[in-house]
Amino acid sequence: MTTDLLIFFGLAAVAIWTAVCTLLSRNAVYSALFLVLNFLTVAVFFLLLQAAFIALVQVTVYAGAIMVLFLFVIMLLGAERVETQPSLPWQAPVAAGLTVVLFGLMALAFALSPASPGAGPSPSDAFGSPAAVGEVLFRDYLLPFEVTSILLLVAMVGAIVLTRRPRPKETP
Amino acid sequence: MNVPTGYIVGLSAVLFALGVLGVLVRRNAIVMFMSVELMLNAANLALIAFARQRAELSGQVFVFFIIGVAAAEVAVGLALIVAIFKTKHSIDVDQVSGLRG
Repeated sequence: MTTDLLIFFGLAAVAIWTAVCTLLSRNAVYSALFLVLNFLTVAVFFLLLQAAFIALVQVTVYAGAIMVLFLFVIMLLGAERVETQPSLPWQAPVAAGLTVVLFGLMALAFALSPASPGAGPSPSDAFGSPAAVGEVLFRDYLLPFEVTSILLLVAMVGAIVLTRRPRPKETP
Repeated sequence: MNVPTGYIVGLSAVLFALGVLGVLVRRNAIVMFMSVELMLNAANLALIAFARQRAELSGQVFVFFIIGVAAAEVAVGLALIVAIFKTKHSIDVDQVSGLRG
């Protein structure tokens, strides 16, 4: 139990530190790299919470594909450090206050919620393995899975349409 | 890892609040977008924790769908940012006021 708590608090410190660095870095490339670290830390959490398949998906899709896309766009635009002076000087303090209020509300909701029903049934060793997740995915959630594939296709078409060059006027 | 689910949900809440702070404070559109990803990831962490507590695989399948939808969202969002940069030569969200009446 003590070792588990030590692992938890160490990983949590890394996750929160990388998240804060993501927000504070002046250079967007550093932000993206800190975010990759954050995603990897969360993937370790997934592994420790018996979600091996989701941890692998997190590493390949999030930390791999999505962050490569981010870095690619940052470097394509050369938009590492385009932060101008804030036009609203009171924006940052108000935002920080609102965030503290939001966090307080979440803590309140957590404190007021009924006590959790104990540890519940202890999951077996196969819980979260690719075979188990795949069985649930393709048996109970087949339609959402297919809808997700259509969504990805639509997103791909949308990205291409949004970024293509305007076609020159066709001469008759 | 034998840690109470409450601790993990608390960490998820902290990460979510940090994501909200990033969206509200930063004005670089790409960094704001990364903060949105941070929030999605915090929600995933809470879902995985609950899935473990209930020994119910549906939570993990939901996280799988969230990751898929996030991939689609990132593709479209970054395409929008590239399109905005082409016309405005800036991705500062204060400059994108074309819809102001």
